[in-house]
Amino acid sequence: MKKFVLSLLVAFGCVAGASANEGGYAWDKFPVEKMNDIAALQNGAKLFVNYCLNCHSAAYMRYNRMKDIGLSEEQIKQNLLFATDKVGDTMKVSLDPKQAKEWLAAAPPDLSVITRSRADIGKGSGADYLYTYLRTYYRDSTKATGWNNMAFPDVAMPNVLWELQGQRAPKFVDEKDHHDPSKTVRVFEGFEQLTPGKLDEQAYNEAVGDLVAYLQWMGEPAQGQRTQIGVWVLIFLSVLTLFTWRLNASYWKDVK
Amino acid sequence: MAEYHEAPANATAPQKLLNWVDNRFPLSKLYNEHVGEYYAPKNFNFWYIFGSLAMLVLVIQIVTGIFLVMNYKPDAALAFASVEYIMRDVPGGWIIRYMHSTGASAFFIVIYLHMFRGLLYGSYRKPRELVWLFGCGIFLCLMAEAFMGYLLPWGQMSYWGAQVIVNLFAAVPFIGPDLALLIRGDFVVGDATLNRFFSFHVIAVPLVLLGLVAAHIIALHEVGSNNPDGVEIKAKKDARGIPLDGIPFHPYYTVHDLFGVSVFLLIFSAVLFFAPEGGGYFLEFNNFIEANPLKTPPHIAPVWYFTPFYSMLRATTDLMVNILAGVVALGAVLGIARGGFSAMGKVALAVVALVAVFLLKTFDAKFWGVCVMGGAVIILFFLPWLDRSLAKSIRYRPGWHKALYGVFVFFFLVLGYLGSQPPSATGNIVSQLGTLVYFGFFLLMPWWTRLGTFKPVPERVVYAAH
Repeated sequence: MKKFVLSLLVAFGCVAGASANEGGYAWDKFPVEKMNDIAALQNGAKLFVNYCLNCHSAAYMRYNRMKDIGLSEEQIKQNLLFATDKVGDTMKVSLDPKQAKEWLAAAPPDLSVITRSRADIGKGSGADYLYTYLRTYYRDSTKATGWNNMAFPDVAMPNVLWELQGQRAPKFVDEKDHHDPSKTVRVFEGFEQLTPGKLDEQAYNEAVGDLVAYLQWMGEPAQGQRTQIGVWVLIFLSVLTLFTWRLNASYWKDVK
Repeated sequence: MAEYHEAPANATAPQKLLNWVDNRFPLSKLYNEHVGEYYAPKNFNFWYIFGSLAMLVLVIQIVTGIFLVMNYKPDAALAFASVEYIMRDVPGGWIIRYMHSTGASAFFIVIYLHMFRGLLYGSYRKPRELVWLFGCGIFLCLMAEAFMGYLLPWGQMSYWGAQVIVNLFAAVPFIGPDLALLIRGDFVVGDATLNRFFSFHVIAVPLVLLGLVAAHIIALHEVGSNNPDGVEIKAKKDARGIPLDGIPFHPYYTVHDLFGVSVFLLIFSAVLFFAPEGGGYFLEFNNFIEANPLKTPPHIAPVWYFTPFYSMLRATTDLMVNILAGVVALGAVLGIARGGFSAMGKVALAVVALVAVFLLKTFDAKFWGVCVMGGAVIILFFLPWLDRSLAKSIRYRPGWHKALYGVFVFFFLVLGYLGSQPPSATGNIVSQLGTLVYFGFFLLMPWWTRLGTFKPVPERVVYAAH
């Protein structure tokens, strides 16, 4: 019996191990504190409109919803409205999906709920993924676009933020395989800056953080309100539970 | 037919009104039978809260569902966008939607615990067989309701989950492909499927569900509730005919349930407001991508509450079918050698076993997988006649029965976990083992539940005053 239980545990461990190993490039942690930083969200909105909203749509998101991150209708109209003149419109693009597929090899996905869709149990949140993805582009001459990505190998999208980040190449070293010393494996050891970008590495990380914060917010614009209301609901229910607990006890003390 | 009763001369206006109604509709009678004078055992424990909670969740699902339908569009081109419209542009839409999506998972958690309570205390045993059967019907409806409701957001998981499950029906011999076509209304899951699932989800299944819930409660109140001791409280009554161990449902169990409901709502709201995705188990991440019939996701898994059954489906490989054939043959040999049947009986048993083995080897393993998955639910209906334990409640059954229950629960959870994971060789062996344990637990009940030393069952319920 003991052996049986042990083997079961081992089996379980193998299953869990197998699913943990297949992950590929580990995701960096998105700095979640940016979600409470209005300036970061606004900067993210600006980056989003400038760099993403030409090929990618956010068809479920209305421009004027950005009032929730502290922008006035006037500010939105003057700085962020390029594709339409109505601030109540959704963020559509004029790129035809069929043509896009022909030109770019893959139709750019809608970004309204992109952070929600890219999460992975065991790897991290969708924001973690995007924060990693947008920071791990590198030059690869074997690809049609000349770009490749650590988090999304063989990605169809080129590095649209390259003028901010500059161009980089990955550094690999050959290491002996732990399981089989006769083999060597290529291990990724960081990036090498080929040409500088407008931003240094830290400033670039900040900018991508802002952009991802905006995307995360756009995935569910009500999320701030949700947690705010949630706190009050839980406080109310805690008090209610206290009362119903005592009410119940006062009735049941008579039951012998 | 009740006689006409005049209200007393000094009756107040509300009393007169009640009298007027009672002469035309059995209002007081219904209230007394189901609430005011419904005597429930006083020794209910923690496990007895889940019936009321199931009712609460049912109401949450119906009310939020009504409001969702006001803005949802059952159209393959519009469905996904309409859900996002509810989440963004409908005032309070996100809260209604999260209540409904969290409610779906909460419903299954509550129902699984409610059913396990029945298993623990033998609540399906005579005379409560019909209560249990109606309950199993509710569980089936709930599964249908959840499956069809999950298609409606029209995300990738909605789409491909439905595609996989509907295709299973195609494995039925002879009529399979036509049956799958009938369910889909098209050759692939599409707009026709979405529309019929919507119709079933909001009209047909809820109607049946409500009818079954009413039958479940009427049957329960007819026979009276079981309790953790498995003692019939109606066996000992006082001079007025009231069970000695019974207390009126109102106010004792209404305040009791009110407390339970507040604790439940506290947990429910914590999920709803702070983790509505339930870590990717309540709202699957892939379902935030609109359905794309041309792009199959690399890993399709049903929502968590179906994964134990999905595991059993996947476990039924050709090897598993051979094992099942072996089990049937072994059972037949044992039955013939030790079953004490007459010569005719032995021949009949041999013939049945041969036919079973022949069929197992004739049809595709996929079909048997579907049978195993369906059988895992259908077998629950037979529980009242499978369990032949001398004591209803686990409290008075041999200690190793408890251990067996533990093994059963453990494997059910393992099956659930494995069903949510991509298939693997080890996982498959473990789920085959789990499937055998699941069916063995139920099918061998007529034998193992009678074995062991039972503790004496008390005449009255065990109750320590609070």
